Amino acid sequence: MPENNWQPRIVAFFCSWCTYTAADLAGVSRLKYAPNIRIIRLMCSGRVDPQFVLEALARGADGVLIGGCHPGDCHYAEGNFKTLRRYQMLRRVLGAMGISEERIRLEWISASEGERVRMVINDLVERIRILGPLDLPGRLAACDAELGASAQALRLPQYRQPAADLREVIHG
Amino acid sequence: MAKPKIGFYWCASCGGCEEAVVDLAEDILAVTAAVDIVFWPVAMDYKKADVTSLPDQALTATFINGAIRTSEQEEMARLLRAKSRYLIAFGACAQLGGIPALANEFSREAILSWVYQDAPTVVNPERVRPAVRTDDDGRTLTLPEFRNVVRTLNQVVEVDYYLPGCPPTPKLIKAAVGALLEGKLPPRGTVLAPDVALCEECPRKKTKPQDLHFTAFKRPHLVPLDPELCLLAQGLVCMGPATRGGCGALCPGANMPCTGCFGPTSRVRDQGAKMLSSLTSAMEAKEVPEVEKVLAGIPDPVGTFYRYGLAGSLLRVNTTAAAAASKEAL
Repeated sequence: MPENNWQPRIVAFFCSWCTYTAADLAGVSRLKYAPNIRIIRLMCSGRVDPQFVLEALARGADGVLIGGCHPGDCHYAEGNFKTLRRYQMLRRVLGAMGISEERIRLEWISASEGERVRMVINDLVERIRILGPLDLPGRLAACDAELGASAQALRLPQYRQPAADLREVIHG
Repeated sequence: MAKPKIGFYWCASCGGCEEAVVDLAEDILAVTAAVDIVFWPVAMDYKKADVTSLPDQALTATFINGAIRTSEQEEMARLLRAKSRYLIAFGACAQLGGIPALANEFSREAILSWVYQDAPTVVNPERVRPAVRTDDDGRTLTLPEFRNVVRTLNQVVEVDYYLPGCPPTPKLIKAAVGALLEGKLPPRGTVLAPDVALCEECPRKKTKPQDLHFTAFKRPHLVPLDPELCLLAQGLVCMGPATRGGCGALCPGANMPCTGCFGPTSRVRDQGAKMLSSLTSAMEAKEVPEVEKVLAGIPDPVGTFYRYGLAGSLLRVNTTAAAAASKEAL
């Protein structure tokens, strides 16, 4: 994508009970915020598997936003604490892999904080605009230009699910 | 009837996988009775010409161990792919990148400048580096090209089956060779090991608590280890919950935590992310400073969670290093 046409693409994982409801409130209240966010609704921020964040980045997102209930308010008691711990460690991993820690963000936004949804999204979009495109698929493709064409066709991660439990095959 | 032909080859690897084949001990006689080994450079005197002269798909199966880092390794992988009906990624490096893939945390340039210039034990005032082509006094010397990143075998050629492990255990090798000879092969792309987490076969399983509560992460060389209690319950980073079983829990059995060499089960795409998730969510801390203090007990998260799987992970390579490589390509 040419640099001048680039717009940040951000994947947001919002918990159904707090942040998603707040995003709904922002909509009902006709608050305007940057259109760079793709919201995915989950039952709890604790459902955000770190694989989701990495996969979003690996498939071309420039940033990831996770929204959950304030500490102590989790509908499932502890889900948001689990997310906090995973998030702190994931930031360390991303840093070691050359990805700015500012590209991922965890925010506690309660159901009544529609205005905060607007503020957080606008702020994140501006920060990522300053960082520029991450473009992991493009960077990896450029890296793989050194391979022959047939190998490049294999470049995408292979999802291979065996049909059944293999213990019979292997041990029987 | 002619015996099936099989081959073994090594790429970016330590030789441990070759040793694993030798570890079949007298069982190797049964293997050689059933098949002809027509290519095995580490053990016998074979040349590349022995393979190029074969018709395509002449080999029933080739077992390739090691990751792919150099142009020569890529070329051999392609050659053996063309000559083999089944190509089997043998061991952690071929399957997921293995230890060599930890180099993907750094750029090619950073690696070369450290190894040939900056490391304290290096004396190289002329800053000589290996070159693909060197002309010297009328003679031309060539070396394989050192590529930008370390790759898994399936990032270079199509792979039919995977034998996990660092190295694969003799039991799994025998089962795989047996399945191959009897034609009892599972669907293409299968990892030839049980599809359950290592904890399932760990002798310490009965002592694994329902809920873990980490207040600190301990490192095995710094604390005395109880030989029977679940290592996670002792505060160690044991990769068992995020790692495929099949080894018989060799490391926990020897009082060392699992380091994850069998890779993930089929339900998991990124072993490191999954282990990170499982481990950190079971911490006690609830405030950022407290969380950070506990996390400091894992000083090298990439080396811990992705010890054998960085090349096959979702991120694959350090993004800044990838950017440097793509600039070079332009």
